[in-house]
Amino acid sequence: MKLSKTLKSKSPGLSGLLRSSLLSATVAGMALMAGPTFAQTLTAVKHSALRVLDPIMTTAYMSRNHGYMIFDTLYALDSDLVPQPQMVESHTVSDDGLTYKFTLRTGLKFHDGAPVTGEDVAASIARWGERDGMGQVLMSFVDSMSGDGNVFVMQLKKPYGLVIDSLAKPSSNVPFIMPKRLAETPSTEPIPDQIGSGPFVWVADEFQPGVKAVYAKNEDYVPRDEPASWASGGKVVKVDRVEWVVISDDQTTLNALQAGEIDYWESPPNDLLPILQGNSDITVRNLNKMGMQTIMRPNTLHPPMDNVLIRRAAIAAVYQKDVLDALVGSSEYYNLCGAMFVCGTPLASAVGSETLTEGNGMDKAKALLAEAGYDGTPIVIMHPTDVGSLRTQPVVVAQAMRDAGFVVDLQAMDWQTLVGRRASQAPIAEGGWNLFITNWVGADVFNPLVNNMVNGKGSDGGWFGWPDVPKLEELRMSYATAGTLDDQKMLAEEIQKISYEEGVYAPIGQYFIPSAWSSELEGVLDGPVPFFWNISK
Amino acid sequence: MYGYILRRLLAAIPVMGFVALFVFLLLRLTPGDPAAILAGDTATPAQLEAIRTSLGLNDPLFVQFFNWISDLMRGDFGTSILSGKPVIELIADRMEPTISLALTTITLSVIIAVPLGVIAAWKQGTLIDRFVMLLSVLGFSVPVFVIGYLMITLFSMQLGWFPVQGFKPIGDGVGNFLHRIALPTFTLTLLYIALIARITRTSMLEILGEDYVRTARAKGLPESRVLMRHALRNCSVPIITVIGIGFALIISGVVVTESVFNLPGLGRLTVDAVLSRDYPVIQAVILLASLIYVLINLLIDIFYVLLDPRIRYS
Repeated sequence: MKLSKTLKSKSPGLSGLLRSSLLSATVAGMALMAGPTFAQTLTAVKHSALRVLDPIMTTAYMSRNHGYMIFDTLYALDSDLVPQPQMVESHTVSDDGLTYKFTLRTGLKFHDGAPVTGEDVAASIARWGERDGMGQVLMSFVDSMSGDGNVFVMQLKKPYGLVIDSLAKPSSNVPFIMPKRLAETPSTEPIPDQIGSGPFVWVADEFQPGVKAVYAKNEDYVPRDEPASWASGGKVVKVDRVEWVVISDDQTTLNALQAGEIDYWESPPNDLLPILQGNSDITVRNLNKMGMQTIMRPNTLHPPMDNVLIRRAAIAAVYQKDVLDALVGSSEYYNLCGAMFVCGTPLASAVGSETLTEGNGMDKAKALLAEAGYDGTPIVIMHPTDVGSLRTQPVVVAQAMRDAGFVVDLQAMDWQTLVGRRASQAPIAEGGWNLFITNWVGADVFNPLVNNMVNGKGSDGGWFGWPDVPKLEELRMSYATAGTLDDQKMLAEEIQKISYEEGVYAPIGQYFIPSAWSSELEGVLDGPVPFFWNISK
Repeated sequence: MYGYILRRLLAAIPVMGFVALFVFLLLRLTPGDPAAILAGDTATPAQLEAIRTSLGLNDPLFVQFFNWISDLMRGDFGTSILSGKPVIELIADRMEPTISLALTTITLSVIIAVPLGVIAAWKQGTLIDRFVMLLSVLGFSVPVFVIGYLMITLFSMQLGWFPVQGFKPIGDGVGNFLHRIALPTFTLTLLYIALIARITRTSMLEILGEDYVRTARAKGLPESRVLMRHALRNCSVPIITVIGIGFALIISGVVVTESVFNLPGLGRLTVDAVLSRDYPVIQAVILLASLIYVLINLLIDIFYVLLDPRIRYS
């Protein structure tokens, strides 16, 4: 209005009329173009679309990431891998080591306004303990759990050294705390509501699976005073909304980031990194120092891979550099690492992995095949061609195995076919398989309890591939009760040694996926999971 | 006419039934287990069984089919296995981008392609005709995604006239809507211009050689009247057929265009559902697509009557 007046006084007559018309048209146009605007909306493209909303029912990383937005945890790991209290104010342990008493911070509230109680915690931990591997081990030590007001009590049957570490588990499944009424949902069914006590509130009305997930700042959240470090410390939300949008095409995502239409891209493909790094308006950085572990997993149930010598031959034939050159390309973003519990962690060890990292195992592979009397039975390798991060490894592994003398049947399929088929314990002729390749976030494999592949329970309770190695289970239980870090290291190394000897699996490389974001963003946190608190725009 | 429409609608019922049965059985024969997808990496066999049971996947196939069909009869399209959202909601969310793109593309294509085809036929063998044919060949030969990326590079990244991606519903403002839908529309329009212009030209050439056209010209009618009233109207049947099929094709999903411009349409919903074995969503989307084809075919037949009085359905 004021602008129109000024314009009129300066530009009378026809030209004034024209200018006024132009101004009106411009204003009208702007009004037409303007959609609903939100101050401080952070728009992110994640590695995948969010579909399953229950982070306990599934191990999907997107569900875990969603969990971190709206739920909170009792403890959380900091960047030194040390558990720090998060929802917990303090805890005490009885002299006999059997009673853990946790007192929650004051002021913790769920998004529906209800206070967080010890009963909510007990129900949440019980549900998590049904599904998660580390949770199941913890539950095997737990006699009872109870809550009263802001106190949660865990009574153990026998001392267990990893209670706090379990409650601080950083990756799938994370022991998120939810209201008791939700946590009482059977763990094989999804929770009906998304009510947590975390730093963001779920905006259910705007959720479009495969398109968009929206989170609003939880105005009632009381962050801790400590600085944020990984999932621990103060979860201070500095934007009003976070929108996770799905853009299925990488080139379009790249263009959208460069044009300022999105703020953050969790996992750009390696071939586009040089373009991003050449743009001064974009920051590219690896946030997850543990990186990813790509692994090959043989099926121990069926010939010829039921023969340990054949499994060891397959592992000996593979050179990590070949795999990683094909998968990643730039050595800046990968690491030759044979440590089953991830290089750069306290439990890292190179024992048993020399051929993988030095590439000198081909002769050994051929000798092992000869010793095993391999008869040329084809090795069925499942090859998921629709997932970029899993497309190349099977080809490289298959060729290495062929070079060693294996006959390989590389079967192309989509990832979901693989997911269904890998659960089959049927013989090869009836839809079974011999070997597949997958990737893990480092935080999912960084100790013997979270690392599913060193589970030696066999076909009843083991992970796909089902190695039956009782010694591994003994060692894992010893690890669970080990008193010191030195004992844990020794046991972890022994577990790794036996795992290689038994050919239960092989890490075929550690690699890193840098993220890219607008340089307007500040405070992006490192961590095994992309966190959205502490970021200002 | 009404009797004909009713008969056609009734005849669509067994077609839809066959499609429903075919899609249902095909999905069950496809490898992949929604329960395993839902449960993730660490579920035990017992937990997987529990999930399968809770989803009804352990029921005999005929029971599953009967349950699905009886739910459909009540207007219940089921619930997405993964997200837990009603399928009808998921489809409704994706309908607007798809229908919008179909309407804008077909409208723009018809406005440009029909006159081009008429002129090309009228000026057969001239530079104009050759230019229209060249355009047509280009439209057919250059993949849609290449045109899309070129459009984005030029109009979004270089000139900054349009956003790179995304969709805004018309409820967010007409300007906003058009701003977002423009580039995908231009991209697809090139393909449809090629198709419709070529069909128009061919049909027109056939008609322009007819005696009655020569007669009309001999009577001294203006050329525009000869072309538009005598020629174009009489060759509209094949043009309408192509337009109708083109519309149905867009409605049933143009995945590449939707992906390049990040339009949350039915095509992407279908692909996502197939990749995640979300049976209720796949079944509903395919059933919907077949229904659209049936209805559009019916509409085309009705248009035939309106445009050509010689056509009568008994």
